[in-house]
Amino acid sequence: MNQNPTPPAPLAITHLTVAYGDKTVLWDITWQAAPGLTAIVGPNGAGKSTLLRAALGLIPSIAGEPRFFGRKLGEVRNRVGYLPQRASVDWDFPATALDVVCMSRYPRMRWWGRVPKTERDAAYAALDQVGLADLADRQIGRLSGGQQQRVFLARALAQDADLYLMDEPFAAVDAATEQAIIAVLRRVVATGRSVIAVHHDLSTVPSYFDQVLLLNGRAVAAGDVKSAFTPDAIARAYGGRLNVLEQAVAEGGLR
Amino acid sequence: MSFGYNTLVVLAGCALLGLACGTVGAFALLRGRALMADAVGHAALPGVVLAAMLVASFGGNPRALPPLLAGALVAGVLGVLAVQALTRGRRIREDAAIAIVLSSFYALGVALLSYVQTMPQAAQAGLGKFILGQAAGMRAEDALWAGGIAAFCVLICLALFQRLRAACFDPDYARVMGLSVARTDLALLGLIVIVAVAGLQAVGLVLVVALLILPSATARLLTHRLPVLLLVSASLGALAGALGAAASAFQPEWPTGAAVVLVGAIFFTLALLLAPERGLLPEAWRRTRRRIAATESHFLRAAWEAQEAAGAGPGTAGDRWTPIAALAAARGWSEPHAARLALWLGLRGLVARADGEIHLTPRGAAAARRAVRAHRAVEHHLLGLGATDIAGADRLADLVEHGLPAEMATRLLAEPSSLPASPHALGPRP
Repeated sequence: MNQNPTPPAPLAITHLTVAYGDKTVLWDITWQAAPGLTAIVGPNGAGKSTLLRAALGLIPSIAGEPRFFGRKLGEVRNRVGYLPQRASVDWDFPATALDVVCMSRYPRMRWWGRVPKTERDAAYAALDQVGLADLADRQIGRLSGGQQQRVFLARALAQDADLYLMDEPFAAVDAATEQAIIAVLRRVVATGRSVIAVHHDLSTVPSYFDQVLLLNGRAVAAGDVKSAFTPDAIARAYGGRLNVLEQAVAEGGLR
Repeated sequence: MSFGYNTLVVLAGCALLGLACGTVGAFALLRGRALMADAVGHAALPGVVLAAMLVASFGGNPRALPPLLAGALVAGVLGVLAVQALTRGRRIREDAAIAIVLSSFYALGVALLSYVQTMPQAAQAGLGKFILGQAAGMRAEDALWAGGIAAFCVLICLALFQRLRAACFDPDYARVMGLSVARTDLALLGLIVIVAVAGLQAVGLVLVVALLILPSATARLLTHRLPVLLLVSASLGALAGALGAAASAFQPEWPTGAAVVLVGAIFFTLALLLAPERGLLPEAWRRTRRRIAATESHFLRAAWEAQEAAGAGPGTAGDRWTPIAALAAARGWSEPHAARLALWLGLRGLVARADGEIHLTPRGAAAARRAVRAHRAVEHHLLGLGATDIAGADRLADLVEHGLPAEMATRLLAEPSSLPASPHALGPRP
């Protein structure tokens, strides 16, 4: 991991702990994302989405202050983009694909009135980037699942951020859409931006991503895919919760 | 009752209240907050009764509207705060919290109302109208108030349009972008309280929630554009208010609230049945038409393939007489069913019939060739994918060929193309 303080990491988390009621989901996560394409992987219930949502302040955390580019989120909001899970919204909502992408430009607009042409053009360009320019005027409920996922991707891209946090961008899309999305992400990273994506397919981690964070309630392993994504680390992350807790206790005793 | 000045005042007042409710209701529905209006309406009753008691005890006129509505506003806000306090910490879900607050406040109101009836100053006079609504008593200044409230609601909704849309569609995303969803929600809640209290006099506290939900739910069936939805919802609210008030003016024994809500419910039912894209009847019609078209193409293809099977080499069939019985056997249909289909296609001018046999007309032959080509293209495609074997290709293609998305169809059926040979033997189905 890059310990050099300059330039600051796109996302740095220290001692992040999150609980839902009595159930602690994330234990004391300390992690720095390096620039580039980073995957967060782990079994179901490992807290992958929770990590993103807590970092973005969408759910309260017990401890830990995330830093984006060395600053608090409130100071660098325009540099941070977000792609939520597709199932998190009602796709029957009365809006077209272009309407949804335009929402990413709201902070740049005044409150009232129509969406200005420059912002519409930016939104349209983002739709074009993901290959949906032809469907800009289609109601979002009449898009296929993969197309809806790409609308969300376009909305994130239209934010024109330096770091994108993506929650399962490849969830429930067909192989062709997955290739289209990874191509877009590679283009984004090639322009010096960073992407952190929750990912569920272990087999594609080495080919898609540069960095990885293996998560199972705790940060099991993190770093370059080559060095951190080892069979041993994967087994520790997926080896069952009980296993991980025992290990946490053991490590705690050693400290 | 004729359409005198008073009636026009009532009509205008109800229409303006409907407009306000329809506008606010659109966002309330999209944000999942429509039931909050029900809580506000019911919670208002004890406020109204207490205000009447206070006014009467100070020797004022307990029928004057402003103090009563002020009491309703205070109690309504208390109701909203109670719902929010109950749902904080996720101890109780919002629907349960709304039900608890709504019924408790309402019960308190009813108890106070029966207590007031024992008081000498006749403070209870006319309070009952707040339960089911009595717009007939609306005066010109009340209608002016309604106009002011409608203008205020429309202005706020237009000013906050983008914020409201973002908060309704994806509140988490709006938060990440730094839009204050909490403040937008608060503004929406404020608007809900205002229109619910304003609607009390006209439609009554029991039914005011319907005036928010019905126009917006109707509009949602009719359009998938939010600006249009807002316009339609506001117009339907105004129309329901005016028509309901008119009906109640002609039949004074009908409570205005019930009349307004019934008009709204009629609009909703009509939209549910007839809306071009999302209505039940157009959808059933589209389904039936697809099924008929599929059956027709099956029949025509069977006619074509029966001729091929009888020796009319691939690509040249279409000019022979075919027994209906052979068709029925090829499709696995009963003969009377096949005969009925032949009659239908005869009426459409696609086949000619004589002595239990059919002959494709030129138009029928062209349609049959198209159907055969489409079917075989799908069969070959499915076989190429390894999705089926030769024995199953026919049936699988039957299942998928009629639901092909347009892009897929153009890819499979590139024009012009020759007629491919069938991958399997033709003849009766096993």
